[in-house]
Amino acid sequence: MPEPAIHLHELCKTYRVPERESGMGAAVKSLFHRRMQDIKAVDGLTFDVAPGEIVGFLGPNGAGKTTTLKMLSGLLHPTGGEGRVLGAIPWQRERAFLRQITLVMGQRNQLVWDIPAADSFELNRAIYRLPAADFRRTLDELTGLLELGPLLKKPVRNLSLGERMKCEIAAALLHRPKVVFLDEPTIGLDVTMQRRIRSFIAEYNRRSGATVLLTSHYMADVEALCKRVIVIHHGRLLFDGDLSALVQKFTAHKTIVVQLEDCQADLHTYGEVLNCEDGRFTLKVPKARTARVTERLLADLPVIDLLVEDPPIEEVIDTVFTQEAG
Amino acid sequence: MSLLLELRGLLKLYAQQFKTTFASMVQYRASLLIWMISQVLEPLVYLIVWSTVSNGSGGSVGGYTARGFAAYYLALMLVNQVTYTWIMWEYEYRVRQGLLSAALLKPVHPIHSDISDNLSSKLITLPILLVIVGILSLIFHPAAATAWWAVLAFLPALALAFLVRFLIEWTLALAAFWTTRVNAINQVYFILMLFLAGQIAPLTLFPRWLQIVADILPFRWMLGFPVELLLGRLTPVQALEGLGAQAAWLILSLVLIRSIWRAGVRVYSAVGA
Repeated sequence: MPEPAIHLHELCKTYRVPERESGMGAAVKSLFHRRMQDIKAVDGLTFDVAPGEIVGFLGPNGAGKTTTLKMLSGLLHPTGGEGRVLGAIPWQRERAFLRQITLVMGQRNQLVWDIPAADSFELNRAIYRLPAADFRRTLDELTGLLELGPLLKKPVRNLSLGERMKCEIAAALLHRPKVVFLDEPTIGLDVTMQRRIRSFIAEYNRRSGATVLLTSHYMADVEALCKRVIVIHHGRLLFDGDLSALVQKFTAHKTIVVQLEDCQADLHTYGEVLNCEDGRFTLKVPKARTARVTERLLADLPVIDLLVEDPPIEEVIDTVFTQEAG
Repeated sequence: MSLLLELRGLLKLYAQQFKTTFASMVQYRASLLIWMISQVLEPLVYLIVWSTVSNGSGGSVGGYTARGFAAYYLALMLVNQVTYTWIMWEYEYRVRQGLLSAALLKPVHPIHSDISDNLSSKLITLPILLVIVGILSLIFHPAAATAWWAVLAFLPALALAFLVRFLIEWTLALAAFWTTRVNAINQVYFILMLFLAGQIAPLTLFPRWLQIVADILPFRWMLGFPVELLLGRLTPVQALEGLGAQAAWLILSLVLIRSIWRAGVRVYSAVGA
């Protein structure tokens, strides 16, 4: 067992925020006495990520994903527990550590607005002290993979959101980090651009062997990239394992799509009818009864085609979150 | 050896930041010009006021003739141009917008890019200011009785003034870590600067006790002292004392900046970057 690239043990982060009611009276009162409220953003997270792994880090808004990523990249001090990234304690922010990681946050820009991205890249080269030959090679590679060619010479402010994101990602990877934290890398991008960034991340991971911890609201990202997912909610670990196991664990239902000759058939005795169109019925059936229902459908009715499916991953995740909240 | 490598790395960073700032600044020529006009206008107003006063009171006030005041304020324009920073206005924005996070992820202290950013913008504005000062000289006929050694000593004094002013204003800017009301701090600072650095009037025009206060505080050493030195208004001993005071403030501000930066980052990383 190699040493994990990322290691968390009972990691906690509690924010203290002033608590105040609205209105004049409360405002005056808060002048003299400030009531503080503790908000547990991360509440005892424990997990390891092996070198070279791509892990999807999921949870609803406010679950503590970004807080965790910020702690792991050294921007935030935890209030408890321990964390190691590449053997270093992130929040000590040692230079050797900072040289080996990167954090890409959706809308944050590290590119200088008024000048071409190529110039910002040169600045990063100086900051990370990259030898000219290495820098050239990495830049060429990234330019090829992300199709940056025509974008590099344009001022950043003239780029579209997707183009800028590609340049941001390139800027964040020029120093060939061993651990890559990606916070919503595809947010706000169109489907084509999402797909391109997705395939880039996969390719980058394959070529460089970098460890990737990624949050995304697009399940397509997660399905395409991550074999393993970690789900958190209210700062606590909810699930850690294979994506397929997540689906198995949290879905109580399967959908059966059945094509009949008879368009008028009434199937509600078999399960909840979700959709019915030209003899094509979509049924929602409790998982345990799937086999029985399928059997009965085939025996009772003139079936042309039948398909048993897991519900879409979005739906599974949605169930996970609402179950927890309820 | 490693120190040499370290220095080489920093020099490269400065050179690159220099190019970056230069490239972004030339895109804002209009706002640059407006900024420069305001930089020139303030000392120009004082210059006109004091020349009028001195002409009205028999040709001299506190040892300054109208032409003496002209020399004083034109030199002040130049020294101020070299030493001023805008970091105190910028830091609050950085903290509030979360821009500091990007800087904290980099394996280099963020002050370095600020210093080189500052220097490179000066390189663009200084030639323009020299032209303006040249034109104003033709109008106001500055006169000063300077000596060769004073001009020579002026150069290290100017460099030290820049460093001390930069470090102190950078440290004060870190107040943004603790409060969102940095404007109040800035106001107080600029008023002190106005009186105690020799901006509103040469310090020798003030009562003795205020001059002593000015000697103790850092403001004079960031602006007024190099000006007085250049104009030949100091004795060699006073010049040496001044350079010593500057060096002392340099060391003190280095110590301050280190501890306050650390404390600030701790606060920043506690409340959410």
